[in-house]
Amino acid sequence: MPFINVQESPGLSPEESARLDELKSRLHTMGQARGTLIPMLQHVQDTLSYLPPAAIGMVAEHLGLSASEVYGVASFYNQFRFNPPGRNPIKVCLGTACHVKGGDIILENFERKLEIKEGQTTADREFSIDRVACVGCCALAPVALVGETLYGKMQPSKVEGIVLRVRIEKEKQQRAKDPHEPSSPSDVQPPQG
Amino acid sequence: MNPAPHQMFSRLKDEADRRRKEFAEAPVPKIHIGMATCGIAAGAQETKAAFEEALARLGVAARIRTVGCCGHCYAEPVVIIDHPESGFPPIFYPEVSAGKAGMLANFFLKEGDPRLEHILGATVANDLIPSVMEFPRFNLETRVIMERCGRIDPEDIHDYIAEGGYATLADVLERSPAGIIEDIAAAGLRGRGGAGFPTGRKWALAREAKAPGKVVICNADEGDPGAYMDRTLLESNPHQIIEGMITCGCAIGADTGIIYVRAEYPLAVRTVTRAIHQARGLGLLGKGILGSSLDFDIEVFQGSGAFVCGEETALIRSIEGFRGMPVHRPPYPVEGGLNGRPTVINNVKTFAAVPPILQNGPDWFRRIGTGASPGTAVFSVVGSVVHPGLVEVPMGTSLRTLIFDICGGIPKKKRFKAVQIGGPSGGYLSEPHLDTPIDFDSLAQAGAMMGSGGMVVMDEDACLVDVSRFFLDFTQKESCGKCTFCRIGTRQLLGLLERLTEGLGREGDLDLLQRVSEDVKNGSLCGLGKTAPNPVLTSLRYFFDDYEAHVREKRCPGKMCRPLIAYYIDLEKCARGCNACEGCCPVDAVFITRDRKRGIDPSKCVKCGECVAACPPEYDAVRRVSPPHLAPVVERPPPEKKSLELEAENAKKPG
Repeated sequence: MPFINVQESPGLSPEESARLDELKSRLHTMGQARGTLIPMLQHVQDTLSYLPPAAIGMVAEHLGLSASEVYGVASFYNQFRFNPPGRNPIKVCLGTACHVKGGDIILENFERKLEIKEGQTTADREFSIDRVACVGCCALAPVALVGETLYGKMQPSKVEGIVLRVRIEKEKQQRAKDPHEPSSPSDVQPPQG
Repeated sequence: MNPAPHQMFSRLKDEADRRRKEFAEAPVPKIHIGMATCGIAAGAQETKAAFEEALARLGVAARIRTVGCCGHCYAEPVVIIDHPESGFPPIFYPEVSAGKAGMLANFFLKEGDPRLEHILGATVANDLIPSVMEFPRFNLETRVIMERCGRIDPEDIHDYIAEGGYATLADVLERSPAGIIEDIAAAGLRGRGGAGFPTGRKWALAREAKAPGKVVICNADEGDPGAYMDRTLLESNPHQIIEGMITCGCAIGADTGIIYVRAEYPLAVRTVTRAIHQARGLGLLGKGILGSSLDFDIEVFQGSGAFVCGEETALIRSIEGFRGMPVHRPPYPVEGGLNGRPTVINNVKTFAAVPPILQNGPDWFRRIGTGASPGTAVFSVVGSVVHPGLVEVPMGTSLRTLIFDICGGIPKKKRFKAVQIGGPSGGYLSEPHLDTPIDFDSLAQAGAMMGSGGMVVMDEDACLVDVSRFFLDFTQKESCGKCTFCRIGTRQLLGLLERLTEGLGREGDLDLLQRVSEDVKNGSLCGLGKTAPNPVLTSLRYFFDDYEAHVREKRCPGKMCRPLIAYYIDLEKCARGCNACEGCCPVDAVFITRDRKRGIDPSKCVKCGECVAACPPEYDAVRRVSPPHLAPVVERPPPEKKSLELEAENAKKPG
């Protein structure tokens, strides 16, 4: 089974904690049969976008299992992740057709550009990189997904443009939302005094 | 008293026919857009939006209908325009981008000029333009399982019924279950998941099982990285699969159906969930199907992405909420499967083949394909072929016909080297095998297997050692870890192959590869371990030279293994002043030589090959060689100092 890349587990944000509490109240509608374990984990991941230790503990308690048993099942499957994904998760397809057409070079280029490895998330949680086994668009190989957008017939030189486009798009949105705010957090001056 | 199933069904059929007629007779052009995952990936959403925008702007009335995927992936996004008023037959347009959509709306829909330079052909025979049915990509195919894919709207159950769907169901409900199983057995249908177990026998065993609460599972856990026909079927024609599952439920006496589909296929999950909901709404699923006494309902279970869950016992464990690890058989699932209940597990394509068999009779099915493997096979042919996509051919078709006639052969005038069939569990076949008929037994004899139906064609530039390493990397990660030989053996095989591709191979490595492969094959419980060494074994058998070159000469004949190759720029051909390669290099490895040409710094080069693509064809100056020492050394001139730096240096100088 794949090596689980658990980065330093960050604490839950207040928003995430609120969602976790809400989840807790919803869990009992799903029953307590063992067969609900995987659909339940999928539901939790759909809500939180990953499985933090607190969520695993919650599911374990609900089903009357040990947390290690739940973690054992979750870590067996590729779908579940244990660190938060970026806001723009990048998935590079490394199926057979993509491999033959150089998918690993595309993956490397994303890793170099964002300075993280596959399975990791950038410090600003904007991007994360994962490899996927096949998205089923082999005729368009090599393929990469950024968020929900699929880029077919990828080339290493397209990588920079894609990352840039996402960043520009974000800046635009931020400006549209609040034209007076500085566009990126790094511009914020620390409070004086 | 409930009306008989036939009466209930004819009411549904009338309603579907009425809707179909209303659509067909509407006096406006119809635009059919293929909207499965691959079409959407190629830009079908934008195409659809462009049509909508153009129709509104031009004030042209037309109906847009979304259909599934017809399997012609090379032509995506595919659009068929039916414009009877123009006097032309329905026309098949390939690669319709948003721009092309606007153009077609203007010229064809508004002015009646079909812009023949953009067409692939008409969809029916006619006197005006050639029909696509005359092309080998179309007329050499025989469609049984995929017949309605790309023709119907997968989101509308009435469309399927109007095309003759669910027509066998009323019969099935009134027949004896034994008769249904006899028909399936007489047709000689074998499991399309790859192993080829006779479906009729499986159903008969499940029928004989006495325990209550039998289950029908449709295995759509398509894990092979390179096969996507199950996804396409679920997205393009989910009802045919549901119809097959209800038939199975009726035949074996089950009341529960489960479609186990990968969570990585969100569109397939959505489409099939909606289809189940619609079928329930029309009384085709649930309590008392079509007014009969049969209760059968289907739910969707999303598989979480583990290749081994394609194995039936592992799949069952996963639905039960455990790690998907295979267990010993017997008991077989037909005796004690999901939670100990008798369970039939069949592949998507197997269920999809059931309605056509019952519709046309077992003899019709027997006439397609070969004696031992009747019917058709669906392949996803990808890699180095001109027309990649999904192809459905009769069993027994030769590989040569499939690759060269149907899929158009190898592009760029390159030579055929190998075809990999069956994904990580399958093997390679070389040129002498091109005339092998494709069926379960012939492929197994040659060392490959039908498997998932994934077929990757490789040209002379492919390195089979590298591709084998890729497959072992996959199976090693996906091994569940239960059997020692699979867990440790695949790790060792991967290590050996990595050594070879990095140019660190030693004498004796090839014997070791062979021996470990055979041990893994013999020492594993389930199909994953038993077949994991197949890529290594077949490539050793048919492409031994490739391996020898890696070990003895540290050379990669396909120039794929990056540690064994180098790029350089042929200074004879390089043009002064052209900057294409330097501009595209992601790591700044391209430098300017003394005579203003370009050179590559091997210490920085990551060998991505971008400069080869960027170099204008009239120069064609970038070369790839293996082993790397063949590349001539071009010295990088010392960096020119800028005037400011020089001043600073001068200032530092004492005196």
